[in-house]
Amino acid sequence: MNQDNIAARIMGGGKPAEHTSQPDIRGGKPDAHTSQPEVYTSSGKPAGHASPPDTRGGKADAHASKLDVRGLDLYYGDFLALKNIDFSLAPHEVIALIGPSGCGKSTFIRVLNRMNDLIPSCRISGTVMLDGEDIYGSMDVTQLRSRVGMVFQKPNPFAMSVFDNVAYGKRMQGLRDKRRLAELVESSLIKAALWDEVKDRLKKSALSLSGGQQQRLCIARSIAMEPEIILMDEPTSALDPIATGRIEELIGELKKDYSIVIVTHAMHQASRVSGRTAFFLLGELIEFGDTREVFTDPADKRTEDYISGRFG
Amino acid sequence: MDRLLYGLMALSLGGVIAVLVYILVYIFRQASGFLSLSFIFRSAAEGGVLPMVITTVYVVLVSVAISLPVGIGSAVFLAEYSDNSRLVRLLRLTIETLAGIPSIIFGLFGLLVFCRFLGFGQSIIAGAFTLSIMILPVIIRTTEESLKSVPGTYREGSLSLGATKSQSIFHVVLPSAMRGIVTSAILAIGRVVGESAPVLLTVGLNRNIPKTIFESGRTLTIHLYYLTNEAVNPDDFGIAFATAGVLVIVVMIINTLTKIVTGNLKKKQGDIS
Repeated sequence: MNQDNIAARIMGGGKPAEHTSQPDIRGGKPDAHTSQPEVYTSSGKPAGHASPPDTRGGKADAHASKLDVRGLDLYYGDFLALKNIDFSLAPHEVIALIGPSGCGKSTFIRVLNRMNDLIPSCRISGTVMLDGEDIYGSMDVTQLRSRVGMVFQKPNPFAMSVFDNVAYGKRMQGLRDKRRLAELVESSLIKAALWDEVKDRLKKSALSLSGGQQQRLCIARSIAMEPEIILMDEPTSALDPIATGRIEELIGELKKDYSIVIVTHAMHQASRVSGRTAFFLLGELIEFGDTREVFTDPADKRTEDYISGRFG
Repeated sequence: MDRLLYGLMALSLGGVIAVLVYILVYIFRQASGFLSLSFIFRSAAEGGVLPMVITTVYVVLVSVAISLPVGIGSAVFLAEYSDNSRLVRLLRLTIETLAGIPSIIFGLFGLLVFCRFLGFGQSIIAGAFTLSIMILPVIIRTTEESLKSVPGTYREGSLSLGATKSQSIFHVVLPSAMRGIVTSAILAIGRVVGESAPVLLTVGLNRNIPKTIFESGRTLTIHLYYLTNEAVNPDDFGIAFATAGVLVIVVMIINTLTKIVTGNLKKKQGDIS
């Protein structure tokens, strides 16, 4: 991180009104989600967010923010795809990203585990801190990706056995011990609520599973890496309602152990699974706050229009 | 109109099959009385083709051993690492041009470079190098196509699990493309087995069993060519057809093997194309 950035962030603390889209103003609802109090109350605490932004001003329940994005701009070539995004994720929190297609939700989620690195024309400015460490700095990208797992829109199990799919990530990191791998695979599949369905066919091809099972297998595969955060990019958009319901249930279970960021087009899904919701529009983060408030009493007219189906 | 088209298509298919069957029947009828199991296991002096079978196997094994790693490596580079720069486009053009060059030219090149310049003389190794260069474009192109048909989501999935790029390629992408790669190898073997002109120039005509790959030898196709061209014994014509029969059988075995291998891979990996 360079000097300017630090300076900018210290300054930012003192000038809360700078980002109009910044949703942190909706403070104080300590009752609903104790584990996820509204982050960055803009009142006071001028230099509070300088280095590791873990100080959660004044709250008794002072969790370190797991992930912290400040002033993120993202360009595809000359096109500014994400504009000045501020975002944070607490431990054991589920955040839903909503917004019309092409608004930058998926782009944003891919910033968080650096999958955008695969696109040569993509570059970013701003900071993305995981536990206070800049993920675009000296952090090893493979290390980052094993800490921040990802589940994709279309289930993408590899053309290998169920067991090998789940064991894949750890094997690539050099884990060879057969017993530990077997334990890992079992516990991951149990956590992904898939074990009972596949325990007799671990050696079978993963591609023989149904779509919903494949997606849960992909979740199990991420879990096996023992990540801290799981990113889900519209994980149920290719699934039928029953499979979708199971995944949503699973997300409720998973938040006990992980922080989750989920991109979704289904409003009801966002309201069911998430504690906070972020609304994106044309590359900007328009509103970010408590899910219930975003849905019942949005601060921004555009959010209201989108949620009530007037566009998008 | 539909019926007419259907009739025409059925007719052309029937024609193709009829010609094939006729060729096969003709070969094996001419070969009858000569083609037997012992024909394959007798030396040339006793009217058999054992040395030719052995030479053919040597040539195939050595040329595939050379061209497969080089070809797969090139294909991985082109499909996974290269951008679309001018240099890469030039490379592709070169490969496509190589694929279109008549095989006798490769023979001439092999004769000058491997036999003369590098001093291998007419030998199995010189022939294998020559044929390797000849089949490389086939291997590169089919392998690259099959790599490209592996969905990008596999690469993303692997990378998102903290695997490096090379791990993703070797553990996910290449295995998923295995059917295409095996097919390319088999196609290449088929070409090597059936090739004659460059083999004649680089491997030679020695009809003894080669002891090492640095000796000259005579492949089945060359034996066939030699027998029909310079038949001295009255039996030579029959032996030539028997040799042709052996060639046909070898090709059939290779094709069946391909089906079995790719079928097994398909079963193991589930239903991906």
